[in-house]
Formats: sequence, C-alpha cells, structure tokens
Amino acid sequence: MSHGTFGRRILYWISVAIGLGLAIVPLPGWLDAVRPDLALLAVIYWILASPRIAGLGYAWLAGLFLDVLRGMVLGQHALGFLVVAYLTHRLQLRMRMFPIPHQAAVVMLLLGLYHFIIFWTDGLTGHGYTGWNRWLPVLAGAVLWPLIVAAGDTLTRRSR
Amino acid sequence: MVELSHDTRPIIGRGPPLAATFVTLAVASIVLMVADQRYSELERVRGWLNSAAYPVQIAIDLPFRAWNWLTGSFADRDRLREENLQLTARLRLANLQLQRFAAVEEENRRLRDMRENVSGVVERAIVASILNVDLDPFRHRVLVDKGRADGVFKGQAALDADGIFGQVWRVNEHSAEVIMITDAEHAIPVQSNRSGVRTIAVGTGDLNRLSLPFVTVESDLKAGDLLLSTGMGGVFPPGYPVAKATKVERSGKATFAIVEARPTAALDRNREVLLVWFKAPEPEAPPAEPHPGKAPGEPPPAGPQPGATAPSTQSAAGARP
Repeated sequence: MSHGTFGRRILYWISVAIGLGLAIVPLPGWLDAVRPDLALLAVIYWILASPRIAGLGYAWLAGLFLDVLRGMVLGQHALGFLVVAYLTHRLQLRMRMFPIPHQAAVVMLLLGLYHFIIFWTDGLTGHGYTGWNRWLPVLAGAVLWPLIVAAGDTLTRRSR
Repeated sequence: MVELSHDTRPIIGRGPPLAATFVTLAVASIVLMVADQRYSELERVRGWLNSAAYPVQIAIDLPFRAWNWLTGSFADRDRLREENLQLTARLRLANLQLQRFAAVEEENRRLRDMRENVSGVVERAIVASILNVDLDPFRHRVLVDKGRADGVFKGQAALDADGIFGQVWRVNEHSAEVIMITDAEHAIPVQSNRSGVRTIAVGTGDLNRLSLPFVTVESDLKAGDLLLSTGMGGVFPPGYPVAKATKVERSGKATFAIVEARPTAALDRNREVLLVWFKAPEPEAPPAEPHPGKAPGEPPPAGPQPGATAPSTQSAAGARP
C-alpha cells in the first residue's frame, strides 16, 4: 500500500502543477477572463478521491505556489485553497454519493466561495476589481467539473 | 463517478485532526498576507519561492518563444528585404534628425552647465524580454527576464521605443515584475509639452487610457497635447513621452476637468522593454524608495498603504482579513 500512496502523491502534485502552469498561460482576451481554476478543481477532485492522501497541507501549498506564480500577496490563494479544501473534506462523504450534476453544483458553490475570498482580500489589499466578469471562472469551473471527474477516474484506474 | 477512498490507515495515528490543521494554516495564511502587504518582510522568502516558480514560468514561455523564433526564421525573403529597406530608410531619417539633435543637445548641455549639472538623461539601459506569462487578467503587470542578477532594482523605470512603459514593481533573482502605467494602481507625474501644465496621470485598468483627475478647469490643457514625464519623484527620467491627451471636458460648475490620455508606448504589443539608469534630478533630494506603483506627490489612495502610522494600529488593521 505504501508505494501506492507514494505514487498517488506524485500524481497529485503533477496534476496540480499542470493546473498551475495553465493558470498563467497567456490566453486571448475573453478566454482569459473565463479561465477556470484547474489547479483548484484538481485539488477538489483528489480530496474526494482519497481524502487522507490529499490533505489540507497539500491544498495550502498549491495555493501558495499560485500566489508566487502570479505575484499576488502571499497567502491569498493559499487561504482560498485551504477553505475550499476544508469544506470539501467535511462534505466529501456526502459529495461522493451525489450524481455528477449535483456534484457540479456543489463545486460551483465552493468556487464561488473561493472567488469571494480572493475578491475580499483583493479589496483589503487595495486592488479590487469589481467587474462582473471576475466571477466567470466560477461558472466555467462548474461546467468543466464532469470532464475533470472523467479525466481523473481514467487516470486513477490506470495507475492502480 | 468518484470511487471510494482506498485509505486503509488506522483511525488512530492519522495525524492532527482536520479542524486543527485548518485553523493553523488559515492563521499562517493571514499572517503571511499581513507580513507581505504591510511590512515587506518577506522579500527574501518570496525570492526563494520565486526561484522555484521561475522554471514553471520559463516552461510556459518557451513554446511561445519557440513559435516566434520559427516564424521569424522562416519568414519570407521578400518580406525581410522589404522590412530591411524600410528600416534603412527610417534609420537614415533618424540619423539626419540625430545630427541636429546632437548639436542641440550640446548647446543645451552648455546652457544647463551654467545653472546646474545635467541630470535626468538616461545613462544606461538594458533590454529585457517580456515573458509570455499571464499574471492576472485584471492587472497590468508583466514578467521580464532580467532580475537582481542583472542589476535591476525596485522602482526602476521601464521604457519602450515610443515612451514610458512602467516601472519595476518586484525584483527576483532572474526575473522582475513590471507594472505598466495603465495599471489601476499606478500614477505618474506628467507635464504638457505645449503649455507646461503639471499634473498626475493615473492608470485606469484599460490599456489605451490614462486618467488625469487633478486638472482644474482653468488649466491650459487641450486634446492632442503630448504629456511628458516630469522626473519628479525620481522614478522616471524627465522629458520622455508618456501619453497624448485625447479628451478634455470642462463643465462650468466642476472644479476639475475630465481629462483622458492615450499612452504613447505600445503597451500591449511589446516584446521587449528597456530598463534604464539615469541620474536623478538633484533638487530637494527625492525619496530614494517611493512606494512601488505610486509616484510620490500622489494623494493617498483609498486602499490601505504602509505609512508612518504606529505599528500597533497597523497590525490591528492588518488583522482584519
């Protein structure tokens, strides 16, 4: 079991690293605003899949790394990731039983909360952007959730 | 569907309970945010983290750079020749103007020498490439490939061929973040080339627009005026074009006119910027380290800012998030 756990950890970090990389890939204007938070979606998925391996520290570090990559106030995305990860942990027994559309709805709520935290801290640190399109990634993430689940399920089935 | 956990660790010895970890890490993030925002104590930590992040940023930039290189090296011969001809023509013209300019500059220098030593002329510049990395869709910041190792410093002015681009906001070992003049957090002191009216141009968050909120209705400013940097505050070298006024609206009752300007630098099309060194103007010893992004002389913004207030009130305010 232990070497399996190790493999999983590697897999989780690689998937999050890809998500983080995609978070700073330049995109054309409208896509840029819609850009879903793939790293956070990956974190949510892995927490649901194996909550004892993908812990809070994992989510927090991923968020911290995003702060560094995007040159934000350190701790901003880390806090957002952490709160989402904590709630996912609390909800995971229920969430795993939900059908996919229902799950996507919960994911949308989580993403909404995440973006609210980012928005809030942005405001506190003095650079709030209040346009409506900053909330688009919430919707994009929820729409993308079924794909994330499909991709993740395929991956884990192979790695087992 | 998500499968069930295959975690078989015993319930005892799984590590600290979830809530405790959550609270610890949440406090850690808040402390980090406050420390980073208020005290800039974390420069070194951020430096290390950035060194770890730099390979990722380079990896993202690489395919774009490779594509540019490919399209560049396989460009049509004809196109290159035409481009070459155009450039030669432009160079000839520029040289012609430069001959006059040299004479004028010499004369200017002599005149100035009588009064004070020459200052504000760019002495040295390095070319920095902008990495194809998207930092934040709502902020106008770019990452460039020169850093502390190349002598880049915080608050250094960045120019392009057509005017002032922005200033260095954060320096890492091998990269630096440059904040553009159109970022909503940026302000730059400017002066009309025609009338000499001084004011401040504030970024709007729109790449093609600067706002000049402190122009009184009586000021002599017209649409089409070229706005130059004044060099006040010592961040930007004086006399370089910043923007062209596009709209000046005066209504009888208001104290301030509504003035907008369009930056002269090609903010969205640049691949390279020049980071410059110049001798700061001497009089009244400008502050050595202005608050990043805010030119000195700017009225305090709405957001919280590190200031001269007592540390205790700062930490109280900082503990809010």
